[in-house]
Amino acid sequence: MAQPLIETKALKKYFKSPSGSLHAVDGVSLKIDKGQTLGIVGESGCGKSTLGRVIIRLLEATAGEVLFEGKNILKYNRNQMRNMRKEMQIIFQDPYASLNPRMTLSEIIAEPIKVNKLLKNRAEIEKRVTKLMDTVGLAQRLINSYPHELDGGRKQRIGIARALAVEPKFIVCDEPVSALDVSIQAQILNLMMDLQEEMGLTYMFITHDLSVVKHISDEIAVMYLGQCVEKAPSDQLFQNPLHPYTKALLSSIPLPSLKNKGNKRDIIKGEVTSPINPPPGCRFAPRCPHATEECMVRDIELIKAGDEHFAACRLYGRGFDAE
Amino acid sequence: MSQTLLNIKNLYVNYETDEETVRALNGVNLKLNKGEMLGLVGETGAGKTTTALSILKLLPKDIGIITNGQIEFDGKDLTKLKEAELRNIRGERISMIFQDPMTSLNPVLTVGEQIAEVIELHKTLDKKQIESKVNEMLELVGIPAKRKKEFPHQFSGGMKQRVIIAMALSCDPELLIADEPTTALDVTIQAQVLNMMEELKHKLNTAMLLITHDLGVVAQICDKVAIMYAGEIIESGTAEDIFEAKEHHPYTVGLFGSIPNLIEKTNRLKPILGLMPDPTDLPQGCKFHPRCPQCMEICRKVHPDDRQTETHTIKCHLYK
Repeated sequence: MAQPLIETKALKKYFKSPSGSLHAVDGVSLKIDKGQTLGIVGESGCGKSTLGRVIIRLLEATAGEVLFEGKNILKYNRNQMRNMRKEMQIIFQDPYASLNPRMTLSEIIAEPIKVNKLLKNRAEIEKRVTKLMDTVGLAQRLINSYPHELDGGRKQRIGIARALAVEPKFIVCDEPVSALDVSIQAQILNLMMDLQEEMGLTYMFITHDLSVVKHISDEIAVMYLGQCVEKAPSDQLFQNPLHPYTKALLSSIPLPSLKNKGNKRDIIKGEVTSPINPPPGCRFAPRCPHATEECMVRDIELIKAGDEHFAACRLYGRGFDAE
Repeated sequence: MSQTLLNIKNLYVNYETDEETVRALNGVNLKLNKGEMLGLVGETGAGKTTTALSILKLLPKDIGIITNGQIEFDGKDLTKLKEAELRNIRGERISMIFQDPMTSLNPVLTVGEQIAEVIELHKTLDKKQIESKVNEMLELVGIPAKRKKEFPHQFSGGMKQRVIIAMALSCDPELLIADEPTTALDVTIQAQVLNMMEELKHKLNTAMLLITHDLGVVAQICDKVAIMYAGEIIESGTAEDIFEAKEHHPYTVGLFGSIPNLIEKTNRLKPILGLMPDPTDLPQGCKFHPRCPQCMEICRKVHPDDRQTETHTIKCHLYK
């Protein structure tokens, strides 16, 4: 059986806050196979970025395991972790803030190569930088430019080149296209998909944009207040969403077509409740149209609802059918 | 018969600094009838916000200059009005909702005081009447009136945007300009706000100019659509014209091709190659020609005119 490249088991990250413990990630178990893309969707504050950061140990987990090729990297010491960094990289959301304004494009891309001592010879490093710039579609004439001279799309290409510089196996993409205009966003998405095909990369793609996530992902996990409420192959999730939150999320997307104009959409009422010391039970229950008292009693786990389809909802644990 | 409320004719706006001249608007023509909802779509830097600011004459002083054109509002040319006359129009007959609900409220005043301020400035009402109007406005946008004593930081993003909408509507304006009103909000909250705006449109019959980059939002609530590129309206028409007609400006086609499709399976997106032109150095001829897949010889030299068929207008040499 194929071993997943990345696996998390009951991963938790709590932050201390003056009013109590903030449950940013609360027991997330996921798997990503090699060469696949797992999309993580959710609204602001649902813990998707924190999850990405905990997985590559930019933040220390409170509890749980992260297995990379079967080994728990949360137990690694500093040196072991240092070697691991070459395998896992991250592309950040804001291309304006994630590049050092005082470094030129070539210095930014060369830095991870130097830090990890992959190449020592200056000429070799330069050759590698040139090649990376080609790979991500940056013109050679820009090699000595500073980030402020470039537009958002080009800056994000630098971010991608920097992540690729150490030839990682796994990349966490934290909203890499959210700050870009649609026409530029499409260019970057195409680039990322081409790179994945060429280099066999594995992505964890974090976004709040459902149409982007559907386009790029093989599998999608929907998060709500720190928990994964539904997980399914991309097509299945969109054709047959099970969890009431997923349903509401999907029906909230404004589609660029007139076909559904005037149809009444199911809009969920209310807003996300506080993640600080959340009460037991389903986190979505206060907004859920199907909620009963039972939903508030204990936490609800992901239940197998189809072939590879999992949902954390009481409606599906006892042979309830989707409406 | 529908009456024209706003008619922008051949509007040119420059931003002039010591070093350069940014040509933000280059001949914008736009018409909006009473009670209609028009979506103004375009990418960053297309001139959408500049168009809105010039209607209210809120362009940065001494830098943003209207060099040519007229903005007729209810028959009067706004570009010729004096500051005092404009003040009677702003907030009363035309009001505006800004993009970022977090920064457009005053953090040291309660939301009730902020709504009351607008009413006090424009209407001659006594304290009690103002109070009841504030309550009425809050209830209208779905906020319990008792929350008027709270400060902006006590509200969530979606609620703040509702407060701003309440404030903008409190003098029953004839025209509401909304600049990316839902961009900063999450989708489920966006859906709530959009639904509310649509209901309000039916209830109050206010005309609305909705500025957005999201074609999905436009499809949902707009009657008419205008698409901007490099300071020009390159295509406009009814929602049916833009979303369902066969002929389109190549930029519109590119814009639709860039959006991942939620219904059908697509393998690759078809983005528009290249970047927006630099507004300090716009290309000759059609401004889209360096990125256009159907560029012809004439496009490089001659600026295309509008071609009008009934309600649908396209600015492109492909259509004669």
